[in-house]
Amino acid sequence: MESLELESIDLQKLSVRQLNHYLHHEIGTTSPSRVEILNPNGLHNIAVGLDAPVRVDVRGHGGYFLGGMNRQARIVVHGNVGWSVAENMMSGEVQVKGFASQCAGASAHGGLLFIEGSASSRCGISLKGGDIVVGGHVGHMSAFMAQAGHLVVCGDAGAGLGDSLYEAVIYVRGKIHSLGADAREEPMAEEDYATVGQLLSRTGLDCSPREFKRVASAKTLYHWNVDADQEY
Amino acid sequence: MTKKIDLEESFLYDRHVLEYIHRASEHGLYDIRGLGAKRRVPNFDDLVFLTASASRYPLEGYREKCLTRTVLGTRRAKKPITLDIPITIAGMSFGSLSANVKEAIGRAASEVGTSTTTGDGGMTQEERASSKTLVYQCLPSRYGFNPQDLKQADAIEMVIGQGAKPGGGGMLLGLKVSPRVAQMRTLPEGIDQRSACRHPDWTGPDDLTIKINELREITDWQIPIYVKLGATRVRDDVKLAVKAGADVVVVDGMQGGTAATQQVFIEHAGIPTLPAVRQAVEALDEMDVLGEVQLVVSGGIRTGADVAKALALGADAVSLGQAVLMALGCNSPSYFDGQEQVDVSDEYAKLGTGPGYCHHCQTGLCPVGVTTQIPELEKRLQPDWGARRLKNYLQTLTMELTTLARACGKSNVHHLEREDLVALTVEAAAMAKLPLAGTDWIPGDPPKRES
Repeated sequence: MESLELESIDLQKLSVRQLNHYLHHEIGTTSPSRVEILNPNGLHNIAVGLDAPVRVDVRGHGGYFLGGMNRQARIVVHGNVGWSVAENMMSGEVQVKGFASQCAGASAHGGLLFIEGSASSRCGISLKGGDIVVGGHVGHMSAFMAQAGHLVVCGDAGAGLGDSLYEAVIYVRGKIHSLGADAREEPMAEEDYATVGQLLSRTGLDCSPREFKRVASAKTLYHWNVDADQEY
Repeated sequence: MTKKIDLEESFLYDRHVLEYIHRASEHGLYDIRGLGAKRRVPNFDDLVFLTASASRYPLEGYREKCLTRTVLGTRRAKKPITLDIPITIAGMSFGSLSANVKEAIGRAASEVGTSTTTGDGGMTQEERASSKTLVYQCLPSRYGFNPQDLKQADAIEMVIGQGAKPGGGGMLLGLKVSPRVAQMRTLPEGIDQRSACRHPDWTGPDDLTIKINELREITDWQIPIYVKLGATRVRDDVKLAVKAGADVVVVDGMQGGTAATQQVFIEHAGIPTLPAVRQAVEALDEMDVLGEVQLVVSGGIRTGADVAKALALGADAVSLGQAVLMALGCNSPSYFDGQEQVDVSDEYAKLGTGPGYCHHCQTGLCPVGVTTQIPELEKRLQPDWGARRLKNYLQTLTMELTTLARACGKSNVHHLEREDLVALTVEAAAMAKLPLAGTDWIPGDPPKRES
């Protein structure tokens, strides 16, 4: 790979495959701990499967799965992203300075996903312990079947928010179009204010935790029919 | 005087249907159960081999070699999987099965040189340690799915559907969501868990192409990627899987089993394995990727004859689920406690069933310790004993497979071909597009012209 020694990787000159190979095998050992990716131009699968405490700046727009399955790395996208940014993230941080398409942070087990703009539908679907902060709005069916972790929405939330939630908790500052099955609005406790405050402080967003509402599972779907003693 | 019609059972509302309606009326809930379809559908028993005679030359059954080596994932992976036999173990979750069972399966598979597969619930360390070749499933639920385990896998199976419930997600009732299972799945202990039926991060086949590439990128294009389909619109689905970049397509017919799902799914969704294989092979042929993309077939494979017939129809390998559990003692009247067989007929009776009929995997109260998370029951299936039983079973299947292949004159089981088969019923002939035995008639084919 001709530009191994360079901090900047230009995707007009190298393929995504070469980029990822470099990020998997050479960064953090012989190479710098900060990498800049130029001309992403909406390409898919940029910086997926990273497992090193490095900083990656993506200068432009990314396609699907940017930062997928990230561990440890801090990835900053100076643009918008396509579907499923930071899907199945385990740890580290992914920051999107623009907007995110559908399924942002899907099934993320850990780490922080920060979207400065808005996120489309199903943001935080199947979330498993990661934290997501959205500076703008989220689309319909966000946090669908989310199991653990937090989704903080500074704007409005679309229809069917938190449908079939498990133990994940959603905080919304703006309007909620409608709640999904088994999701309910609950009073904010001091613990909630602290959680929201901590997540907001990590992102630098200027909002008061006191402005947020809490949405969590009513837990009526945890068992099908207790009275029937599971005779179904 | 009682007339015969006074005691005549209705065809439309027979005792099964009456019981179903009465039960539904009482509870207002559908039935959930384990295992696969109980109804009879056209299957491999409806085919027979035209073994060698004067017009074909057989191989000596005990002296001449018949190769069984099988290679999967040759299309794009740098490290395809090489197996000693074309019989693999299907994905079954830790959660539906105990850790002891997963270990026994891994050990048996490794001993006979084949692969085993994780399931909905992630990879256990016991399973990884005991399995020489382990296929890691990527399921819609993504329970326990993580890049560390992904990088330890020998292949990835993207699960789109399952033969027992194509279009539906998995279920694990609360009794089986033990502390360890709950922790692996990031769920509260003891809840009735419903797996998603759609993947969270992609939807259509175009997305799947990108998703498969993501998995390849993360694993540096080293290991094969399978796509597993529940058999419904097989021809279209296989083509889409191939186009999306699958190295291996797994087609699971409606006889395929499950840990738990709605009975209406098990009996009324999907098509039988027999036509599914034929359609899958035709799809691969039409895409001109026969031999390049391998086909694995599952759903009701029980015997060496079933394996041989699937291979003759064009499969590269088969995958077994329910039969593996049965080899481990599922539906047996007793379990082995290390010294003697212990009868558990009374425990089947408490479940309202008996050995030979049980499908109560969903309860977690398996009397022989196979589909359970209850420690006292789990102990009933010890990995040593289970591994030995399963190894014997897989060995038997392989011997039967090679026996039939040799009798057809083949020195390699992968040389079995459609021409070696005929059908015993019109339905099977139509579904497999094989001639009805003793005729040259293939239902649905245009009549041959007299020359």
